[in-house]
Amino acid sequence: MTQGFRTVSGGRIDRARVLRFSFDGHAYAGVAGDTLASALLANGVHLLGRSFKYHRPRGLLAAGSEEPSALVAVRRDAARYTPNLRATQVELYEGLEAHSQNRWPSLALDFGAVNDLLSPFIPAGFYYKTFMWPRRAWRWLYEPRIRAAAGLGRAPTQPDPDRYASRYAHCDVLVVGAGPAGLAAAAAAVGAGARVILCDEQNELGGSLLSDSSRAAPVIDGRPAARWLDDTLADLAARQVTLLPRTTAFGYFPHNLVALNERLTDHLAIPAALAPRERQWQVRAREVVLATGAIERPLVFPGNDRPGIMLAAAARTWLNRYGVLPGTRAVVVTASDAAYEAALDLQQAGLAIAMIAEVRDAVPAGLADLTRAAGIPVLTGATVLGTSGRRRVQAIRLARIRHGAVSEPKTLRCDLVLMSGGFTPSVHLFSQSRGTLAWDDAVQAFLPAVLAERARSAGACRGVFELARVRSDGAAAGAAAAREATAPGREGVCPAGALGRSVAAAAAGSAEELAGARGFAGALPQPQRARGKAFVDWQNDVTTRDLALATREGFRSIEHIKRYTTTGMATDQGKTSNLNALGVVSGTLGKAIPDMGLTTFRMPYTPVTFGSFAGSARGDLFDPVRTTPMHSWAVKNGAVFEDVGLWKRARHFPCPGEDLHRAVNRECLTVRNACGIFDASTLGKIEVVGKDAVTFMNRLYTNAWSSLAVGRCRYGVLLRDDGFVYDDGVVARMAEDRFHVTTTTGGAPRVLALMEDYLQTEWPDLGVWLTSTTEQWAVIAVQGPTARPVLESLVDIDMSAAAMPHMSVAVGHICGVPMRLFRVSFSGELGFEVNVPADFGAAVWEAISEAGQAHGITPYGTETMHVLRAEKGYIIVGQDTDGTVTPEDAGLGWAIGKNKPDFLGKRSLQRPAMTSADRRQLVGLLTVDPATVLDEGAQVMLEPAAPVPTRPIGHVTSSYYSATLGRSIALALIGGGRSRSGQTLYVPMPQGDVPVQVASPVFYDPKGERLNA
Amino acid sequence: MLLIQCPYCGERPEPEFVYGGQAHIARPQPSAELSDQEWTNFLYRRNNTRGAHAERWRHTHGCGRFFNALRDTTTDHFLATYKLSEPPPRPPAESAE
Ligand SMILES: [Zn+2]
Repeated sequence: MTQGFRTVSGGRIDRARVLRFSFDGHAYAGVAGDTLASALLANGVHLLGRSFKYHRPRGLLAAGSEEPSALVAVRRDAARYTPNLRATQVELYEGLEAHSQNRWPSLALDFGAVNDLLSPFIPAGFYYKTFMWPRRAWRWLYEPRIRAAAGLGRAPTQPDPDRYASRYAHCDVLVVGAGPAGLAAAAAAVGAGARVILCDEQNELGGSLLSDSSRAAPVIDGRPAARWLDDTLADLAARQVTLLPRTTAFGYFPHNLVALNERLTDHLAIPAALAPRERQWQVRAREVVLATGAIERPLVFPGNDRPGIMLAAAARTWLNRYGVLPGTRAVVVTASDAAYEAALDLQQAGLAIAMIAEVRDAVPAGLADLTRAAGIPVLTGATVLGTSGRRRVQAIRLARIRHGAVSEPKTLRCDLVLMSGGFTPSVHLFSQSRGTLAWDDAVQAFLPAVLAERARSAGACRGVFELARVRSDGAAAGAAAAREATAPGREGVCPAGALGRSVAAAAAGSAEELAGARGFAGALPQPQRARGKAFVDWQNDVTTRDLALATREGFRSIEHIKRYTTTGMATDQGKTSNLNALGVVSGTLGKAIPDMGLTTFRMPYTPVTFGSFAGSARGDLFDPVRTTPMHSWAVKNGAVFEDVGLWKRARHFPCPGEDLHRAVNRECLTVRNACGIFDASTLGKIEVVGKDAVTFMNRLYTNAWSSLAVGRCRYGVLLRDDGFVYDDGVVARMAEDRFHVTTTTGGAPRVLALMEDYLQTEWPDLGVWLTSTTEQWAVIAVQGPTARPVLESLVDIDMSAAAMPHMSVAVGHICGVPMRLFRVSFSGELGFEVNVPADFGAAVWEAISEAGQAHGITPYGTETMHVLRAEKGYIIVGQDTDGTVTPEDAGLGWAIGKNKPDFLGKRSLQRPAMTSADRRQLVGLLTVDPATVLDEGAQVMLEPAAPVPTRPIGHVTSSYYSATLGRSIALALIGGGRSRSGQTLYVPMPQGDVPVQVASPVFYDPKGERLNA
Repeated sequence: MLLIQCPYCGERPEPEFVYGGQAHIARPQPSAELSDQEWTNFLYRRNNTRGAHAERWRHTHGCGRFFNALRDTTTDHFLATYKLSEPPPRPPAESAE
């Protein structure tokens, strides 16, 4: 197919570089510089999509990112499939493959269009009421159907193979928008010595200048605008301004943090291997200049959504920037002056302008002369009664209307309708910054009024429209921003004081300028009983009737109306619809627009890919991984790992053919009968040092530390001040003024934070220093009856029971490496924990492992560690406790220093609720059938098959099969549990209620003889 | 993302900090002498201020030090930060609205 609607010259395209592409499988050709939208128009294709709800044929309303409904998918391969792209933002490349969405079986013949006929049954808010009964059908019947019928594109089916980058940047002045205002601001700011970043969502910087016609090209600084633009960009680049085209500022966060998304490769036919597809910038700017321009408003009349009906400014862009004729015979409907420029441009390019329907009662004098000279008929005081044409507009019905009375109706044939309801300043980012908007009567729009950030708006986004004024407004904003950003004595990036400042007024525009831009908001007047859908929000298929229905049903707040009708929602965020929706509701409620307020603009301004947010944080880089010094040994020896927080911990070491269960049984029996070696390096470790260390420990932990001799250890319990168990661990006194404190693996950071908190804020007078040593020490637990002979040959200290009794610590060497040797046990067997500097961990582990061969040593993992400790009734904080367990509940009453005047949580333990006899207490449970292993977390009931609702009296916290005991064991928190010894209780499980007997939580070696061997 | 003025390090981004609850609540001592109600008040009762709120922050991923801040709960913005040893500054006038 040829580009039959391409002009012979003009525009910012390269006609010599032909690019082939496809849309819905049809082959077309465009040229370099095209977007998918302009290339399709050049081929006479106006039908680009089906609407969200009614499946109505849709074309291009706009030429930029404000396009609401021409959403397409671009496919590079099965994994690189991007849905919901605006065709106006898709840059053409050789071989581009695009697809329309929301249609079946094809765009031209779409069965979903039956929704349009059914539309009386699916009015606004229909999802909330029509299908409420039967409720259950919602999930499997209504919602899936509605979603399938009314929806946007589908998601890609494979993981995204592309790379995404992220960057932090700081600057004095960030300018958002590179139209005439933004360019002037950037030039002024860099001229004043500021570091400047200038970004724009389009592929070329220049904004509205890119769409100027040759017919009436503005002259800037004595040069044609296009030349001036090239010169200015070259100058900014030479002055080290960071120029970011294809970069959307999509979010404005506190203290001038602006998020930008830069699209790097989507416009390339063959992106370089490994080149990032997008880069997300987090820019922290001392000052921000918003030069985001304004968006032309559509007019609201019946049938205003047919392909071929578009904004006047869009038509100018198609013609002047892309060299495309968007039709052959046009009717212009307008309430603003800008559309006249478009009409004259198009007429000069060869289009027939059948008529200009002027909504206002009179045409401004200058324009009247121009149209007369051009021979274009004008109908003033006009309205549109309707349009016709199935997949493209074919005719429009115009009339004059006064007080509901229609006169001079006429039907005009056309394949193009241009409309202009004036311009809505783009205040999305300003509003995101939490700045307040106020209605401006002169401009007839909401404009920035009160600042929340150190930002300035310049140009059309604050109601300044005339080019010379736009440029001076931009220059003034850029200069002021630079001055404040670089002011001597300015403290930091964001000193207080921006909040609540009023926006400085812009220089007042001329009456002609304001009258020309003001336009019309709301629905064009219609006779009674008008037919046809008049769309307000193209993307969400919201019509005037939907808005009227919402007000009839009692909605008054514009925020509620927005949610009920969905106007202004989704990815569009009301770019073309906001003010018209307000105008319609204002007319229905008889309330002025400024009194209704505006809905909140949500980020992102335009959609941002998930990849851009994820950046490099995916796969292995999603989270940091912590490994111990012995990790590679465990990998080599077949360990199966589990995640414990960020740590990788060996869960078990299966021999060939073993499953988890068999491996754990073998590991357990080996530790009980010979010896096991276990990597305990993940234990949290904090060195508490200083002249007041013992005082500090006394105030913090429940235990009495003054009586702990140097060289001895004690099991410590840490409560919060509310009296509940927070952490536990062995604490060793290395010297009078030095404690080696261990914490749970997961609790290390919060215990250190809690210690710091009390030390810094409650007891700053104490001479204590806290150091995290978790990663400084590799910890190798050697547990089992043969542990002593395994280690004895490697160390230079006396390990005899007399010299090193249970709960003692010694300093010496192992394999010549400095060591802190703890005699402690979390298994119930004779046990030692070898602490060596982390760098020596792997070597010492291998030496112990080697020495242990003669003594039947086996490596074991966390699963075996759990079983062994449960057999002994040792709790794990966070598993057997849940933040509501006191030491007494957990059977740790013995660890409380009764004579201490105070410690964290002591006062709370005296509250009546904390001493009540029916509190849940830790007990053991033995299933009547020894083979049954209870589910952890299962509830415990007094009676079997209790009728619901019923109250459990407790729950299972730990449950395992114990190979040592040849049966299952469990720990549970049971109301008044210790008084229920021997009682039969019931645990509901999938197979039915399992009877259990309450027992002591210590299942193995209750006298601790093995421990003290 | 806010910038927070650490009194020791200067302006740093919010993710470096951890919130620490209402400021200027000393742990009563000796706790044994408090009534249940007094102890409960200390443990659980906190202000729910609209406007300038004195609160504790810690520069966890920086110098590690606790400090106090005055923050406007209606805007999220910090009005002032100060060291633990210093009394709370008066809220700036413009935040009083
Ligand atoms: Zn700091």
